[in-house]
Amino acid sequence: MKFPYNEKVLEHFRHPRNVGKIENPDGKAVEGSPACGDMVAVYINVDKDSKKISDVKFESYGCASNIATGSIITELAKGKTLDEAKKINWKQASDELGGLPPIKAHCSVLAVEGLRSAIQNYEERHGLVKEQKPTTVEIVQSRLKKVMNPLSGLDLVRTKLVKDVEVKDGTVRIVVDLPEGHQFAPAIKSEIQEKIETLWDVRKVVIEFTD
Amino acid sequence: MAGEFVYLDNAAATRLDERVLEAMKPFFFDTYAVATSEFAYTMGIEAREALDAAREKVAKALGAAAEEMIFTSGSTESSNIALKGVASALKKKKGNHIIVSKIEDFPVLNSARALEKDGFQLTYLDVDGDGLVDPNKLSDSITDQTILVSIQHANQEIGTIQDIESIARVCKEKRTLFHTDATHSFTRVPLNVKTVPIDLVTIAANTIHGPKGAGGLYVRKDTPLAKWMDGGFQEFNIRAGLENIPEAIGFVKAIELVTPEENDHLQQMRDHLIDRVLAEIPDTTLNGHRWKRLPQNANITFHFIEGESITLHLDLRGFAVSTGSACFSRSLEGSHVIYGIGGDHERAHGSIRFTFGRYNTMEEVDAVVTAVAEIAQELRKISPLKRD
Repeated sequence: MKFPYNEKVLEHFRHPRNVGKIENPDGKAVEGSPACGDMVAVYINVDKDSKKISDVKFESYGCASNIATGSIITELAKGKTLDEAKKINWKQASDELGGLPPIKAHCSVLAVEGLRSAIQNYEERHGLVKEQKPTTVEIVQSRLKKVMNPLSGLDLVRTKLVKDVEVKDGTVRIVVDLPEGHQFAPAIKSEIQEKIETLWDVRKVVIEFTD
Repeated sequence: MAGEFVYLDNAAATRLDERVLEAMKPFFFDTYAVATSEFAYTMGIEAREALDAAREKVAKALGAAAEEMIFTSGSTESSNIALKGVASALKKKKGNHIIVSKIEDFPVLNSARALEKDGFQLTYLDVDGDGLVDPNKLSDSITDQTILVSIQHANQEIGTIQDIESIARVCKEKRTLFHTDATHSFTRVPLNVKTVPIDLVTIAANTIHGPKGAGGLYVRKDTPLAKWMDGGFQEFNIRAGLENIPEAIGFVKAIELVTPEENDHLQQMRDHLIDRVLAEIPDTTLNGHRWKRLPQNANITFHFIEGESITLHLDLRGFAVSTGSACFSRSLEGSHVIYGIGGDHERAHGSIRFTFGRYNTMEEVDAVVTAVAEIAQELRKISPLKRD
């Protein structure tokens, strides 16, 4: 048999390490969507004192390089401090795997981004963000780009479901162009809530739907 | 087939039947001359006679006459000749509007796109959730500028068979030429141009255990068609080039070897796979029509998981299948067919096509179902997508 993947990639693909979910994790993130073809969820637990990643797990809806990269970065991240783990990049993950096909770069980058976002999520939730920039409409928009529109599999911003964003005195108001009774409205609402409420200076998230 | 490897991608290519090769051999080693006129030497005359006989037999498989069959290098060339040849012949005489379905295979679809770039007006006709074209919608789309309708007989990915008779009759009533790509249905599903008014039909040998590089284009008598290849006067002065006699002979043999019993067997394997997968593996969707489908095709989406991962796991266990996933394709685009039948990205990415051939057995079908059930379970364990 001949594969575009080397033995080590195949080994991680067949027997991925650290797979699954952590219940009530200290930090978590979802990157990608079925529309990009790949989706990764990363969960971390962090030791409060040493700031080391004590446990990390991932889930993958993706191709072989996505699964293998998820597996390798969880191995690399375990036991590292948050600052060390943040520095893990795609090149490192790819090298550790003995190389990935270039066309598959975007599938594997996703897992790396997932880890970084999970760390960011932890830092935000625990008041550890060092550069505390005030939240702006642009920052909210860029976060909404990571919320999926289940109707198309693409993000809310790209599919023009975000009608309006307002940031004022710690309150973020978002208007979603869907009727409140729509079957996907509750899922979208809770996903927006999760992505925005962790911003350090946000006290309240108001999500409104159109009729 | 021997031992551990189970090949279930017969829509892409098939294993050559040894009997086809045996039939071809004399035309490589004994009668290798160019087909000459009857006033030349003996070997050339024999080559000519063999080619003429082959042409008659291939034509007959569609109910056509020998002089209505052009040999080509395969279905890609056949469909290119049909679309571009008609477009070029009728552009100045009749109009510039062409209709194709959204789920055509790439030879038709990309010929249509190329013609669109050249200034032709294209309509890409919608299909329903099973992949069927509505003949009434087609009728409404035809204008006095329409020069050609090209709608496949059966789909390459999801296997849906069109109501080709109604579609042909609509075109005939509206006095519009009709081409069908029958690459995947040829000899598997009956098609007769005597009873169904089709003007051009694309066929090929490689889907029925014949040689690669052997194709045919049926062209109804008096159909306007521009010359495709410049050179000599071969193939009724449409396609110049040395006639490929061994391929033509192989094409005939491949046709002769397809039997109704074989087609029944393919259909039994198809139905067994579909029934077992839908019953035993949760969250699966059949793509394409349940009954109006090619006997050799089953296409199923395994929700919440991605096709390249499924394909790779199957390959590691010795099964060859294909998928509509973006990750699998070189272009990184999901299947236009699954999108065409209203499927979303997730449905395309998780779709697996199983296509059967002469050398498959029911035991292999059972083995692949068992394997894919285990793989789906494993991959779902690690998937963040779950049933709501």
